[in-house]
Formats: sequence, C-alpha cells, structure tokens
Amino acid sequence: MSELTARFEVVFHSFHLQVKASVPAEGITVVFGPSGCGKTTFLRCLAGLERSPTGFLALGEHVWQDETTDIFLPLSERPVGYVFQEPRLFPHLSVRSNLLYGWKRIPESERRVSLDQVVAILGLDSLLERRATHLSGGEQQRVAIGRALLTSPRLLLMDEPLSSLDVQRKREIMTFIQRLDKEFRIPIIYVSHALHEVVQLARTLILLKGGSVAAIGPLAEVFSQVGSRRMIPDSHIGAIIDTRVAEHDLEFGLTTLNFPGGQLSVPQQHSSIGESLRVQILARDVSLVASPPAFQTSVLNVLEARVLEIGPIESGQPFVDIKLDIGCPLLATITRKSLATLQLHPGQKVHAQIKAVALTHDSLE
Amino acid sequence: MTLSEVDLGPLWLTLRLAGVTVIVLLIIGTPLAWWLAHTRSRARTAIEAIVAMPLVLPPTVLGFYLLVLLGPHGWIGSASQAITGSALSFTFTGLVIASALYSLPFVVQPLHSAFESIGRKPLEAAWSLRASKLDTFLTIVSPMASRGYLTAIVLGFAHTLGEFGVVLMVGGNIPGRTKVLSIAIYDHVEVLEYTQAHVLSAGLLVFSFLVLLMVYSVNRRLPIHVS
Repeated sequence: MSELTARFEVVFHSFHLQVKASVPAEGITVVFGPSGCGKTTFLRCLAGLERSPTGFLALGEHVWQDETTDIFLPLSERPVGYVFQEPRLFPHLSVRSNLLYGWKRIPESERRVSLDQVVAILGLDSLLERRATHLSGGEQQRVAIGRALLTSPRLLLMDEPLSSLDVQRKREIMTFIQRLDKEFRIPIIYVSHALHEVVQLARTLILLKGGSVAAIGPLAEVFSQVGSRRMIPDSHIGAIIDTRVAEHDLEFGLTTLNFPGGQLSVPQQHSSIGESLRVQILARDVSLVASPPAFQTSVLNVLEARVLEIGPIESGQPFVDIKLDIGCPLLATITRKSLATLQLHPGQKVHAQIKAVALTHDSLE
Repeated sequence: MTLSEVDLGPLWLTLRLAGVTVIVLLIIGTPLAWWLAHTRSRARTAIEAIVAMPLVLPPTVLGFYLLVLLGPHGWIGSASQAITGSALSFTFTGLVIASALYSLPFVVQPLHSAFESIGRKPLEAAWSLRASKLDTFLTIVSPMASRGYLTAIVLGFAHTLGEFGVVLMVGGNIPGRTKVLSIAIYDHVEVLEYTQAHVLSAGLLVFSFLVLLMVYSVNRRLPIHVS
C-alpha cells in the first residue's frame, strides 16, 4: 500500500509549523486541531501553495518536493484536487464550464472521472447551465468538489469544506464525501476543527497542536489512547468502532450490530442488513464490574473485557481512563475511587457495561 | 462657411494618437498593474508614486522634461537619432511616448484595482485545476477584470484626446503631424475663427458623450461585478 510522506517546516512571523507525517494513501485522513494550529498551512504545503525551504513530499514513489535535490512541482503540475473553505467558483463561467475547467486541462488518457459520474453523484443535473454566482452556498460547494474530482486527482485536499454551510447542507455533503472515498478511491486529506466530522469521516487521524503533530494513526487507535484527554474534549473521548448491521428486532425495536469483538444492541436503525455503521462508545458511558453481574442489570450491552492499560492519575482529577480490549480497543472513564475498590491491574478480566452507543451519523450538532 | 471648409485633419490625428496610446498603455500597463497588485517588494510604494505623478504634475513640466529627453541632445532622442536618423521631438512617435506617460495612471490604476479585487483566491483555484500562470491570466483574470479594462481603455483614450500642454511642448504644432484637436481649437480661437472652433469642439463633445454612453451601457451588461 502506498503512503503519503510529508516533512515540512515553515516559519511565519510568530508561527512555527513543523510536521513530519506518513499516512496511508487510502481513505480519508483528517487533520484535526484548534484554529491556528497550522492545519491550513499544512494543507497548503501539501498543495505547493506554501514552500517549506527544507520540505519533502512524496505520494508513493512520486516525489513532488525534495529540497535536497531541488525538486518542487508547482500546484498546476501536481495531480492534486483542492477544495477550499469557500467554493471559489469562477463567476464568469457556467456550472458546466466550471466543472470542465480542469477536466479539459488534463490529458485524455488520464481522465478517470467523467462529467456524468460527477453530476450523478453530486446531484448537479439541474444546475449545469446556471451561472456559478446564482447558486446557494451548498450547491456551490458541491460544484467545487465536482470540479476538483474531474481532474482525476491522485490526492484530494479539502480545507474545512463544510464550515460555511448550515446543518442540513453539512449532512448532505458529508454523505457525498463518504461516497467519494468509496466510489472513486481517491485518498482524501481533510482539514477540520469539528470533532463530529473527524469521528464520522476519518480513517486516519493527524492531530495537530501548536504547529506540530500531537498524535497520528488510525482513528480508532488515537481515540482510544489513554493520553488523548489532553487533545480531545472530555465529551468526545471514547472508542470508535466500525460495525455491520446484523439483524433488526422489530418486537423490541432494536438493531444488532456485529463488530470484531462481538455484538452491540442499539435502538432500531434504518440501515439494511450488512450495511456498515460507525459507532462511538464514549468513555464516560462505560462502567466496569469485576465479575459478571450476578444481579439483573438494565444495561443491554455487557461485554467481556481485559484491562490493557490504566491511564495516568493526575492529582486533583477524580477520574481515570482505562483502556480495555473487547476484541477491539475500548476506553472507560471511572473514578479513582472505583479503581481502588476494583483493584484493577493490566491483564485483569472484567465486564464492561455500555450505557449508550452513539451513532456517528447522528452526531452532527 | 460650411463644414467642408473646416480642416478635419487634427481630428483624425487625435483619434489615431489616442488609439495607439491606449494600445501601448494596455501592453505596458497590464504587467505593471499585475506587479503592483501582487508584489511584496518594498519598491512597490515608490513605483506606485511614480505611476501617479502625471496626475499631479503640470503637463508643461512633464512636457518640458520629455522635450529635453526626446530631443536631439536627450538620451532617448540621441539614441533614436543614431538608429533611425531623427530625434523624437516633433514627431508622432514622440507624441505617443508623451501621451502614454501622461495617461499612464488612468490605465494602470483601474487595472491595478481590478487585479487587486480579484485577489489570489481564483488564481489558486485555477492552478489547482492544472491551469498554468499564463492560462490562468487569459481564462480567469482577464474576463474577471473586464470592467477594469473597459474603464482603463475609456479613461486612457479620453484623457489622451483632451491633452494640450504636453503635446504642445513635445510635438509643437505641425499640421498633419503633431497638430492635434485641442491645439487646433486653440489656434482657431486665437485668430477669432469661432465657427471652426465650434465645429471641432462640438464634434469632440458629441463624440465623447457617445463613447461614454456606449461604455456605460456595455458595462451594465457585463456579467462580472468585481469592484
């Protein structure tokens, strides 16, 4: 599997970006961090819009920048699609001409994406002859995504493409982006400062903080690290699990989801059997019992678990994170008092009671 | 006295001068305005000030220096004499050079502000769609700056039509070669030929009005509102 390898160092007046990252050139990689952490600068470095004097960038075996041998491809020569924060459509052209602007400029042999495909997947049929300026914000952003796709890029860069849209449009375009990944197999680097986008979209996560990489890796791993509390707000800490719909229980209104470690019951979903569904189990929704509950419990999901790691105990903090293995990582937040009572230690077998399972596609705020 | 008795030579000369000057200015002004709009060089402020100089300088001052420069003993004039056999003062070419300098800000400033209001964002978008820099300029910047170009052409043309001082200093008053409309009108008035002066003045008045009318109606229909 090919990789995207990047090393950049950029110094602005009061800002220092120093990033060294290697991520799989596959699926959606979300670059996440607070405003001012250097996300956009990082993306601009990937595009060649900023030039790091000591930079290196390669996608697979294609080197786009290597300052030690003086290689630097300008953006117009990189097989990259760029979706900016704002749509940046060309106001003097129709939607069709905007879509075909880049398509016309690549050699015929490299055209792997057709206008018809893009129009169909992004629902642009009724807009084609309109002028770009006569569209709503959501429509414009869809055209911008389509325009970038039509250059058949080897890498698609997206800079908070949803930030200027309302909730309804966000939901809509988010679904499109997930389909892009599946239908066109173009790796996407997606910059975001919204956690729900991370949780829903990311396969790989790059956490940026103050201009450098704070954490990097598969989403599920980064989110179930016991140290992640420093980077992610409490309300979002918890394992992310990719599941498949196994069956619907119409009598009780429940849906069973299969995942590598077993099964989860959730309120009934509209998804069909076999469809994949990403869920998050927030650490604060997981409680631990030392032996299987002898008494009846109202909690539906009780899973066997093994303690992997006990998080650092910080003075003044009543809580501590426990990393568990249930066939995949699971994170639980319990009180220090409970930790003492249960006398937990790595390797110990416990049961995890899961009070709630969050379905990430409902998590849009 | 009939219309045919009025010498229309100065009118054609003036239109030719204004036309050539505008073309020259578009060729020089486009890269200059582009540079002004995008450079981070410290020289920018100084260049901006130099470009704006003809706005504040009395035309006779500009004309005087140009006469010195373009004449047989000036740098440019003597170079021209060495190459072509004649200096540039009192020639049509000299008039074009003088007019171009004089009308420079009227072409550069509208283009400068048009390029500036377009900004970098559409350029970056075009580059990301595989357009080279020249391609981007031709297919994105020019159409988006069409209003700026229209304004530049009209102002440059009109300003050259009306010039007097610079032309008189550099070109003198040679019928058929450097005698432009404004000077012809002045000459007629000097010798109390008011009818001829009326005809030429009214002609210029009507012509200017028609040009502006056309410009404004075209401008209204242009699709791009970049300002």
